Amino acid sequence: MTAAVEFQNVSRHFGQVRAVDGVNLAIAPGEFFAMLGPSGSGKTTCLRLIAGFEQPTGGSVRIFGDAVEGVPPYRRNVNTVFQDYALFPHLSILDNVAYGLMVKGVDKATRLRQAEEALELVKLPGYGARRPGQLSGGQRQRVALARALVNKPKVLLLDEPLGALDLKLREQMQEELKSLQRALGITFVFVTHDQGEALSMADRVAVFNNGNIVHEGTPEDIYKRPKQRFVADFVGSSNVIAPDVMTRLGGEKRWASLRPEAIRVRPAGEGVAATVQQSSFLGAVNRLLVEAGGTRLHVMLPADQPVPAIGTTIGLGWVGSDIHYMDDAS
Amino acid sequence: MSVAASPSILPGRGGFAGALSDSFWRKPKLLLFLMLTPPLLWLGIIYIGSLLALLLQSFFSIDEFSGMVNYEFTLATYAELLRPSNFDIILRTVTMAAAVTIASAAVAFPIAYYAARYAQGKWKALFYLGIMLPLWSSYLVKIYAWKLILAKEGILNWAFEKLHLTWLLDGILGLPVVGGNSLSVSYIGTFLVFVYIWLPYMILPTQAALERVPGNLIEASSDLGATPAQAFRTVILPLALPGIVAGSIFTFSLTLGDYIIPQIIGSSRLFIGQAVYTQQGTAGNIPLAAAFSVVPIVIMGLYLWLAKRQGAFDAL
Repeated sequence: MTAAVEFQNVSRHFGQVRAVDGVNLAIAPGEFFAMLGPSGSGKTTCLRLIAGFEQPTGGSVRIFGDAVEGVPPYRRNVNTVFQDYALFPHLSILDNVAYGLMVKGVDKATRLRQAEEALELVKLPGYGARRPGQLSGGQRQRVALARALVNKPKVLLLDEPLGALDLKLREQMQEELKSLQRALGITFVFVTHDQGEALSMADRVAVFNNGNIVHEGTPEDIYKRPKQRFVADFVGSSNVIAPDVMTRLGGEKRWASLRPEAIRVRPAGEGVAATVQQSSFLGAVNRLLVEAGGTRLHVMLPADQPVPAIGTTIGLGWVGSDIHYMDDAS
Repeated sequence: MSVAASPSILPGRGGFAGALSDSFWRKPKLLLFLMLTPPLLWLGIIYIGSLLALLLQSFFSIDEFSGMVNYEFTLATYAELLRPSNFDIILRTVTMAAAVTIASAAVAFPIAYYAARYAQGKWKALFYLGIMLPLWSSYLVKIYAWKLILAKEGILNWAFEKLHLTWLLDGILGLPVVGGNSLSVSYIGTFLVFVYIWLPYMILPTQAALERVPGNLIEASSDLGATPAQAFRTVILPLALPGIVAGSIFTFSLTLGDYIIPQIIGSSRLFIGQAVYTQQGTAGNIPLAAAFSVVPIVIMGLYLWLAKRQGAFDAL
């Protein structure tokens, strides 16, 4: 099967800066693919390479099998939802959505009808006459989505589309985006620095660092079995444990990760001894910060269990298989 | 360090200045009032007041025999503007102003576009220097310099001759109406100098408007399938239009009112500014001079109204 988007050893260097450095990637058709990483990790440059705003300095980008080197953005059948939406301030909402059809020469009646349908799809029917400045951030986000989807792209690129929204709206949009993607069957490529967003929405996630992919896999794989310390640090609240601490805790002398919810709190004297240093109420759980074996660990304690007082000694226990060893050199 | 020992209200600065800043903080409108009153008085009395006085003058007429101003309200002076000799002056000036504006916009846009989108660091400094430098030297010196450049014995003629293009220059000068004996005594010469002198006033607002067009809007239009030409027509131009209109207000109104350039460079036929100058000076016809100077105001008003109706300010 031809990949929707394929990167073959793709690099994009800006002078001395290697924004993207030898990335290999294959995104399946109809997949919801997330590119996750801190700012400057190369994920946005990868998105711009697909859109055509950047040209690779090395390697080859293919969209449904076609090499797109030298193909300008306006000839690529992909559309982008921009980070700050990039709606045209001088056009009405309907004209914004119909823009792509307008420049392709679709007649006025057809394009306005399709634009109105796209607005209905994103739950903004009847908003067409307004100007972008009159809408809230969440509404503008939906318009940007409608403006891209109306062109029926083969790949939809989303550049941190939820970054500017508040938490509640963001969660709502996450669910809507996901169901929209499932309903339309379009390949979504989603760039974000929010690990929760990437894990909850994507079928597959690529974690970027320093211009390259350090781990690619399903959200569960990345969460439970991070390949590198960087992934464990970035993706989760996972405890990253140094090799010498691991030996003290009774494990191999290698870098390891241990998820906070995999640790059980037991009475003092059982398991590994630990001192409670802090506790935070997070609703469904209490998060404890404890000191054990010369390192600090986070522990998730279900809310129905009693919270040990700060300064007390408790015991910690975990199943050996919950310790995940990583590839980093010890 | 103890939190309890420090007072919850810090001591004032004391003195008149301290009391003043406290009371300004409590009554921000007082500060605004004090700041705005002097400039508003200046604007209201000296600027708008003299304009109204001028407007008033234009409704008087002059007694043809005694040459005295007749202080009775009449539209006779405005009717005089419609006399062929006067109306020609208006038509000539408006045509020149329109041509200068269009040419300035055409020359200014690529420069402004480069400066707004591409120029960085020292190139941007160089751009501002290049635009502003001509404004630092005397207007008269620049015009006389142009007279020398455009004269029959001037450098331009010489260059055309060396390039064996004299036939081209002669052909241009041979054109009816706009041509003439040499560039320095033709409408083309006047036009060239006008464009040169007012160009910065077109470049700067156009550049400012283009600078405010976010780069991602251009990317968005390209992403949605617009070719560069379509992106220019549907996104860049509409968003830059308020700047171009602002620039054209400068070039248009400055050309309408100028009386020195057409006097030094060009055929001896009058422009509005020169007409005002001669009417209020040698001819002593203040009402007609006033009526002449109302013309650019009315034209500019019409122009702005039309521009607004065409949606030139929608992107503001």
